[in-house]
Amino acid sequence: MSKSERNRERDSDPTFGDYGGQYVPEALMPALQELEDAYERYVLENEDGFVDEFRERMRDFGGRPTPLQRADRLSERYDREIYLKREDLVHGGAHKLNNALGQVLLAKYMGKERVIAETGAGQHGTATAMAAAHLDVPCEIYMGRTDVNRQRPNVYRMRMNGAEVNPVDAGSATLKEAINETMRDWATTVERTHYVIGSIVGPHPFPKLVRDFQAVIGREAREQIREQAGRLPDSVVACAGGGSNTMGAFHEFVSDDDVDLVAVEAGGSSLEIDEEEGLAPNSATLSTGTDGVLHGAMTKLLQSGDGQIMESHSVSAGLDYAGVGPELSHLVDTGRVTPVSVDDEDALNGFHRLSRLEGIIPALESSHALGYLERAAGPAAENASSPERSSADSRAGNPRDNGDEPRAESYEDLGDLVVVNVSGRGDKDLETVLEETEKRDLEAAPEVEVFDRD
Amino acid sequence: MTNESATAESDVEIAIRENHPALITYITAGDPSLEDTKAYVEALDRGGADLIELGLPFSEPIAEGPTIQAAINRALDAGTTPQGFFELVDDLETEAPLLVMTYYNVILQYGPTADVRPFVERAAEAGLSGIIVPDLPAEEADPLRDACDDHGLDLVFIVAPTTEGERLETIMSKASGFAYVQARLGTTGARADVSNATHDSLARLEEYDVSEPRSEARRAQSDGVPKAVGFGVSEGDHAAEIVEAGADGVIVGSALVDIIADHGEGDAPAATDLEAKARELKRGALRGAGGEVPEPEQP
Ligand SMILES: Cc1ncc(COP(=O)(O)O)c(C=O)c1O
Repeated sequence: MSKSERNRERDSDPTFGDYGGQYVPEALMPALQELEDAYERYVLENEDGFVDEFRERMRDFGGRPTPLQRADRLSERYDREIYLKREDLVHGGAHKLNNALGQVLLAKYMGKERVIAETGAGQHGTATAMAAAHLDVPCEIYMGRTDVNRQRPNVYRMRMNGAEVNPVDAGSATLKEAINETMRDWATTVERTHYVIGSIVGPHPFPKLVRDFQAVIGREAREQIREQAGRLPDSVVACAGGGSNTMGAFHEFVSDDDVDLVAVEAGGSSLEIDEEEGLAPNSATLSTGTDGVLHGAMTKLLQSGDGQIMESHSVSAGLDYAGVGPELSHLVDTGRVTPVSVDDEDALNGFHRLSRLEGIIPALESSHALGYLERAAGPAAENASSPERSSADSRAGNPRDNGDEPRAESYEDLGDLVVVNVSGRGDKDLETVLEETEKRDLEAAPEVEVFDRD
Repeated sequence: MTNESATAESDVEIAIRENHPALITYITAGDPSLEDTKAYVEALDRGGADLIELGLPFSEPIAEGPTIQAAINRALDAGTTPQGFFELVDDLETEAPLLVMTYYNVILQYGPTADVRPFVERAAEAGLSGIIVPDLPAEEADPLRDACDDHGLDLVFIVAPTTEGERLETIMSKASGFAYVQARLGTTGARADVSNATHDSLARLEEYDVSEPRSEARRAQSDGVPKAVGFGVSEGDHAAEIVEAGADGVIVGSALVDIIADHGEGDAPAATDLEAKARELKRGALRGAGGEVPEPEQP
């Protein structure tokens, strides 16, 4: 069997173990079949030179490859080698362009006249708008009203690039509702429209398609770490919302059994859920979710016993989602990926720490991965409290009294050589960070008064 | 529980055949309360509905337009649960068979683990005749199809304007009760006209003849089921046009939900209006079949 035949066989499977599938209205099924066909021909077999054109555009327009940077001061602080995969340096400021450019280009190869997308943090919307402008395809973006308000700079950027931005008011007006609305648009216009889904979620073939576009992160990182450190890392750490930067960073390492893969979820303000209110004050789906069907796939979900989807929460809009990619659910069940979570406060500290120590302002999403470093390997790690414990405190706005309590749970041993995926840059988050920092007494934060606007 | 569908024609198919052309109505259970729903279902039954679909609310109704989405939100806000829904159905005695329309996750979560069987068992016990799941394409439907067969329930599939060729064949081989012909692309919602897509879809379905009663064995041969058209139907004239185009039934949802939305909780006139609307629609359907149209009854 040739390699491409093997690929075909493997990739036409719509499931990852018990997860995945295609749970969508019938009207969309022919479009999914068409996309599956296009995925196999263009992406897996490079028909018409699709992959060559994609790589060239990712280099010239997207700024790839991104550096793998040794973080000197973090390495010192954590007493091990810390390397940062700098996806914040991709054009647009996040890994999202890898996927958006791939899909908009694919839409063009498929002869679609128009692309639509949902966005949470606005990074995927921005990346899609940029790719659409670059490739001259009309583009419409759906974004929850809450996210429109907390990610203003990205709303402007999308508009600058000529995309139409449609605020969505339903529910908690975040990513979940934006996806619902984009699916409705797609079900109406499916014959001429491609839906550029923003993460490794949704019906088959999206989870595989998006993963393949994002796998460049881990492919580069694997080569770079070998060159720079002379061996494979002991662990790869990435934040997980839907999980596209996560699987992007992990995919090339999945068969390297000695490399630990750590997915850091948003613990929000607490890992407890409020069944009565249908509210999960976190987005820690891999850590606490149960199996069900949302947005076209069987996966782990934050849901009530009756199967109603919970409103999730995270200080970072891009992680604020009640579902997660089916492939990650599967890799967690098989033990290959370890899900962990840090809360809003840990993430904010991670944000400030990287900004201060390394001169890199990370996205609040990525800050969760950085926050986890401190939990697992920081000076207080020996006797730090468990991530779960902080819930009541951060809700009340109290400072965390680090170090007083014994560790309630053990953290992953990250080993001596760690790659952390910095999935995006934090320019979009400055307002949120200022606001959230002012509410708290954060150990890693600078004096916020200096930012007071007269 | 016996496997009735293997031997007997389903309640749903009989109801459509005997009342041809059939009126199929949808409302959301629990909107604005389960008590009101009981009164509304009885009103639709009196008004001439031949089948009644009851929506069991799911928080992410991706196939619905704004009208039904809002109804689902009202029902969820009122605390509607699958348990409450089944208790309502336990209580209902209607001439028209009842079907439940809900999303796949609600069905999966009814039991202690993600499994469709407990839901189907309870649905059969409550006396429901069939299930419609807008986010369950034929490709993923085998577990639910099998469970429905074991309990004598129909599983209705949607045929979209984009459904053609092999897919149509597959769907028709799995469908029972009726084929839900989606009149247009997009989501549910009352419209001012009948889409051309309706005529095209019905033409594609022409070869699936339904003149004869049908058993499970015949279903295996991809034989036809009755064809009912929904998505956007709101007036008697639409019903007439759709039946004239060859449909065995018309499905009306948003137009009824709009009536409910205009009334408050515990408002008896809502039931009167629903009954009148059902009569209008049924008369339209009969007119479309060129049959005898009864004079409107004086209230
Ligand atoms: C910078 C950044 N990182 C991570 C995410 C989370 O998405 P995913 O888990 O799919 O990588 C987002 C989403 O908007 C993001 O903007």
